[in-house]
Amino acid sequence: MKYFTRLRVRRVYKWRGEPLSFNRKLKTFEYGSLVISVDGLPRTTVINAGQHILIEGEDEDNPYVAKVIRLFGDESGKQKKAVVQWFVRVSEVPLSKLKLLGREPHPQEIFLYQGRSCDDEVNAESILRPVQVKHLDRAAPFPDSGDKDTLFVKLSWDSKTFRELESAAPVASPPPPTPPLPKPSLPPSPPRSPPTAAPAPARRALPTPDPAVMRRAASGEVRGGRATASAGKVGVTEAESLHLASRLSASKCSSARRRKAIARTPGVRKKLQLSSPEATTRQDILDEDRASEMMLAQRLSSSPPLTLRLTHSLTPLRKAGAATTPRAHRLTPLRKAHGAAVTAEDTAVPLEPDSRTPSARDDSTSPQQGDETEAELPTASGRTPRRRNATPRRNSSSSRGQKASTPSRQTEPNQREPGLTVLIEEDNENSPMLSAAAVTPRSSKRKSAQLVSSRIRKQLNLLENLQVLNSDGDDDEDEFVPSKKELQSSSDEEEEEEEGALESDEEEEVLSKKSRRAAAGSCTPRSKRKTTSTSARTPRKTPNKKIPPGTPRTPRHATPSIPSRSLPARRPGNVLEEARARLHVSSVPESLPCREQEFQDVYSFVESKIVDGTGGCMYISGVPGTGKTATVHEVMRCLQHAADVDEIPPFHFIEINGMKMTDPHQAYVQILQNLTGQKATADHAAALLEKRFSSAAPRKETTVLLVDELDLLWTRKQNVMYNLFDWPTRRHARLVVLTIANTMDLPERIMINRVASRLGLTRMSFQPYSFKQLQQIIMSRLNKVKAFEEDALQLVSRKVAALSGDARRCLDICRRATEICEHSPADPFSTGLVGMSHVMEALNEMFSSAYITAIRCASLQEQLFLRAVIAEFRRLGLEEATFQQVFVQHRALCRVEGLQPVSVSEGLAACQRLGACRLLLLEPSRLGVLQRVRLNVSQDDVLFALKDD
Amino acid sequence: MSKRTAKDAHLPVGECVTQVQDILRQRLCHQRLPDKPEGVESQHRHLLELLKRTAIHGESNSVLIVGPRGAGKTMLLKCVLRDLLEDKEAQKSLLQVHLNGLLQTDDRIALKEITRQLHLENVVGDKVFGSFAENLGFLLEALKKGDRSSSRPVLFILDEFDLFAHHKNQTLLYNLFDVSQSAQAPIAVVGITCRLDVLELLEKRVKSRFSHRQIHLLSSLTFTQYLERVRTQLSLPDGFPDSRFAQDWNDGVKTLCGDKSVEEVLQRHYNSSKDVRSLHMLLMLCLSRVSVAKPAIKPADLLEASRLCFADAKANMLHGLSILELCLIIAMKHLNDVYEGEPFNHQMVHNEFKKFLQRKSNSMYNFEQPVILKAFEHLQQLELIRPVDGSSAKTQREYQLMRLMLDHSQIMEALQKYPQCPTDVKQWAMSAFG
Repeated sequence: MKYFTRLRVRRVYKWRGEPLSFNRKLKTFEYGSLVISVDGLPRTTVINAGQHILIEGEDEDNPYVAKVIRLFGDESGKQKKAVVQWFVRVSEVPLSKLKLLGREPHPQEIFLYQGRSCDDEVNAESILRPVQVKHLDRAAPFPDSGDKDTLFVKLSWDSKTFRELESAAPVASPPPPTPPLPKPSLPPSPPRSPPTAAPAPARRALPTPDPAVMRRAASGEVRGGRATASAGKVGVTEAESLHLASRLSASKCSSARRRKAIARTPGVRKKLQLSSPEATTRQDILDEDRASEMMLAQRLSSSPPLTLRLTHSLTPLRKAGAATTPRAHRLTPLRKAHGAAVTAEDTAVPLEPDSRTPSARDDSTSPQQGDETEAELPTASGRTPRRRNATPRRNSSSSRGQKASTPSRQTEPNQREPGLTVLIEEDNENSPMLSAAAVTPRSSKRKSAQLVSSRIRKQLNLLENLQVLNSDGDDDEDEFVPSKKELQSSSDEEEEEEEGALESDEEEEVLSKKSRRAAAGSCTPRSKRKTTSTSARTPRKTPNKKIPPGTPRTPRHATPSIPSRSLPARRPGNVLEEARARLHVSSVPESLPCREQEFQDVYSFVESKIVDGTGGCMYISGVPGTGKTATVHEVMRCLQHAADVDEIPPFHFIEINGMKMTDPHQAYVQILQNLTGQKATADHAAALLEKRFSSAAPRKETTVLLVDELDLLWTRKQNVMYNLFDWPTRRHARLVVLTIANTMDLPERIMINRVASRLGLTRMSFQPYSFKQLQQIIMSRLNKVKAFEEDALQLVSRKVAALSGDARRCLDICRRATEICEHSPADPFSTGLVGMSHVMEALNEMFSSAYITAIRCASLQEQLFLRAVIAEFRRLGLEEATFQQVFVQHRALCRVEGLQPVSVSEGLAACQRLGACRLLLLEPSRLGVLQRVRLNVSQDDVLFALKDD
Repeated sequence: MSKRTAKDAHLPVGECVTQVQDILRQRLCHQRLPDKPEGVESQHRHLLELLKRTAIHGESNSVLIVGPRGAGKTMLLKCVLRDLLEDKEAQKSLLQVHLNGLLQTDDRIALKEITRQLHLENVVGDKVFGSFAENLGFLLEALKKGDRSSSRPVLFILDEFDLFAHHKNQTLLYNLFDVSQSAQAPIAVVGITCRLDVLELLEKRVKSRFSHRQIHLLSSLTFTQYLERVRTQLSLPDGFPDSRFAQDWNDGVKTLCGDKSVEEVLQRHYNSSKDVRSLHMLLMLCLSRVSVAKPAIKPADLLEASRLCFADAKANMLHGLSILELCLIIAMKHLNDVYEGEPFNHQMVHNEFKKFLQRKSNSMYNFEQPVILKAFEHLQQLELIRPVDGSSAKTQREYQLMRLMLDHSQIMEALQKYPQCPTDVKQWAMSAFG
């Protein structure tokens, strides 16, 4: 999607006039104003210092707001920079902090940003366009203007508190020379002038929507509602995570939201293209409301009691009309009815600037831009005809909507509400289950709507182009559509129907479908590119799968999970159980003892990189069970905490594990998914990451990437490792890579020079724990739970330290010892603690090899065979013999022992049994008597085991 | 069955025999679990405790059950599960996933199977399951989301555990053990294997994550216990409808076990293997000889069954050969003796055979070369001889190097029993050198 928009609107940035001054030290020229022109269009936009602008951000439809302080460029003129004063939008302020405001924020309200964590120097080429910002007194009410492109500043925000603007006067923008930029400066384009807009509704007045479509839309809504309602848990967690995310940083908030939306609805995009911008803008507003504070439900219910009534009156009307309407008519929305009925209730729900932005930009690019862009973009023009026939209508409606001065435009936000309420009503009729809690489904629906709406905002850029694209096709819409319809195949009919429904009940349907998608979305990982490029075709799948209206749909959880148990897990009952729970490797200790130095090193490394906003690599090695991953996690927890209390800038922590992926190249996929929530194929993900890490973006956070089990990312060309270590060296990457593997010399052993060189020499090695450390670890885990005798602990730790120094092993042995202690018969002398004997038993169980016992427990013939093997080895002087040779010995031994001589198959069976236990190593059994036999145990062990008999 | 009105009701012998067959066959074919696992009480207790902790306390665990084939590993596990599921609490919460290394030959299949058995696939709905990577991510996600106290514990049973260790990177094992060692959904991983060296198969990180609990099933069964087991396996339960018949049958079994020849046979079996399965095989053969006409197991039945069990398949195959083929085998044996096991080809065998014809034979006459070649090829088809691995198919058939797949003892044994074997052939076989 991003590509499209980027491609479509290629802006050219030029300085206007001569440089004002030249800074010798920095070798920069300072300029007074910047000219932005869209490629191939005569119209230009001028940005002056002191003007408020929108800056391209992660959320394309909610660009950052800032005020230009200074504009400058370097000598060569290649780099254009701007020093800005940031403003934050309501949506960028963490929800939790929003409460500090003490009132409902105005959706168009922005706050002067006085935090320190943002770079105030931005690339001038990220400037989108100017915007109007009005400074208001704290007490002054927000003007009820319909102009959605004006933003209001009342307070400043320094990431902790809201403050009164220190001095409103200096910050206040000088009254713009031209009236508010987006709208008046850009007069409506000819094709969009009232005459064209007016006939459209007139034409549309005739047809009435098909009841089937209505019903479907409604049922779709029901389904959507149900899906979301049942997936309520998911929603809640999402809200929570959203909340969390928003705490991290304002900018991250929006991106997180978007990410989630992507994750949930890969398919939504296409739908969006189909949906009218009107719907999306409304959505947008809705969403904005919701995003700013979760009070929309109230607002909704408070705003139009009238709409409810209205919808009731509307519904039967539709149904009545429907009976006779042919399909062709179905296509048109009953917007007219809406429009007529709804204009009355003009509750001034403030129009949000964003919803306007597309149209504004649209206008700025004048009518012929449509053709231009179409020509520029083969993808856009190459759409399926279906798309086209869907869009003109939308376009006309939006063109109508664009005349913000007309009442219909302003009522749109309300219009949608009737639509919603209709659905809710029908919801209730269809599903008594939902009617019980009419509010909940709605809110959850809202939630889903909110989730997708950020997505929608992204779409706006595209849509606006489509509008333009189709604006001239508006007139011939009527003859165009039917002919198309005739051409369509039967399978397409359904789609057409779908589209009809879409058109007639745009917002409802879109909403419902979106929520449905949202529910199903994350289950179907679809590559992003696919979704975007296949345009209108792919999403059909989902609608086709629709179940007939009325039937309940099984809820689909967005993410799978093990079902939860009906009874809660029992808590540990006694000291031993308590100790066992604490000793389990999985229990996270309060602190990590014995790794203080390593902790310190890793912490300072990562912290310095985060603070400096640079990148780097670190390689951590150590044998398994020495606390490498645990230490890094601990560091991350601490850093996260530090970031939460604003000691260090916020950062993003991602973890991948070589063992948890099926192929080294999956690393890209996982990183990308963790970073942005996108799903992509490995190659595509690599490209996206490459782009992300090599391009500069304002307000970029540091990413800390933990790569566990690095050695498994080895490929023949080592490109995965190469990239992982190369990205941090990029200038704008801000990536810290921590890698973990077992071998100390991994870089030298498996990496080619250019990879090893990029990894650098920041190495750290975790030594195996010494017995004292192990003892300390157990003690700290037990944390004063007295379950072990001193000596017993020492024995365990000494034994483990001598063998491997693996803390996991140590804990496992202790755990086993508590079990043995628990089940050992109560000894009157014992203290009830785990003593030496228990620990010894556990150690024996875990460390002793079973070979000797196995030989002792083998049957007589098997034992004889083993003896025969040794005898034959001695005779041959080799450590290998064929079965035939051994068998001769075996028979001889049988005779000596006074047993009946064994047959070949009997001997072979004994041999195979020993082979299955791996006491013997055998060749494949198809070789029969010719297979070679070797011992898997030492001869001494065998003799020792057999001697006692 | 309908005649179960009176306890002492006499059923017709036929009815009784059918009942006996039913009951014992269920027992011997492993269709019914024993009420109590014998000889493995401590292991049973250990495993039961372990799984109970997972099911009830939500503690993650991993354990390996190791023992030779037929030692009762699966039986033990099944008994433990049966006992575990008697607990209502455990029954309600425990989820089970059964995997077998022979069926799930790679991680991809194993993951799909896990998803299926956990009923997670309906979450994905009608969507075709994605790639292996997505699968893995999906499952890990699912397990990660759980936590100790609220998720239902999952029991993973990996039969033929050693085969899972051969999967690429041991991804599945790593992830299962990793989950069992981290604060995710509680799982218990139970591996069943007969390989004693199974831990050496695990990669070091996988090994470190495994809890190193091993339950060894190494039966130190003595012969008296073995006899006792035979008796209990054959005895009828108390609930048998015709108590008189049951009494008679049980007495019969007791005397059978006391019989000297039977004891000898059983001793031989005991010496050969302590494996329960082979014992069941033997008893099954006896049982199949029980009929209405002979409603008891006689020592002769056991002897016959034992003879069948110990029969040498290859030697039996020799009985079906023609005299010519037998002669070729003998010629090969002599060649093996002369050249100390070096491979031979058809021409050498033919020459050896011709020498025999010239010198000693009076009953045999010379065959055409093609006839002999045909017989040679027949032996190859029976896999009594097989070509040497390295020899390519390029060489002429006559000169292709072969090895004899029989032991001398097998040949001699077959000759003894071969019907109407000419004496000169016998003598030729007995003679030291050609």
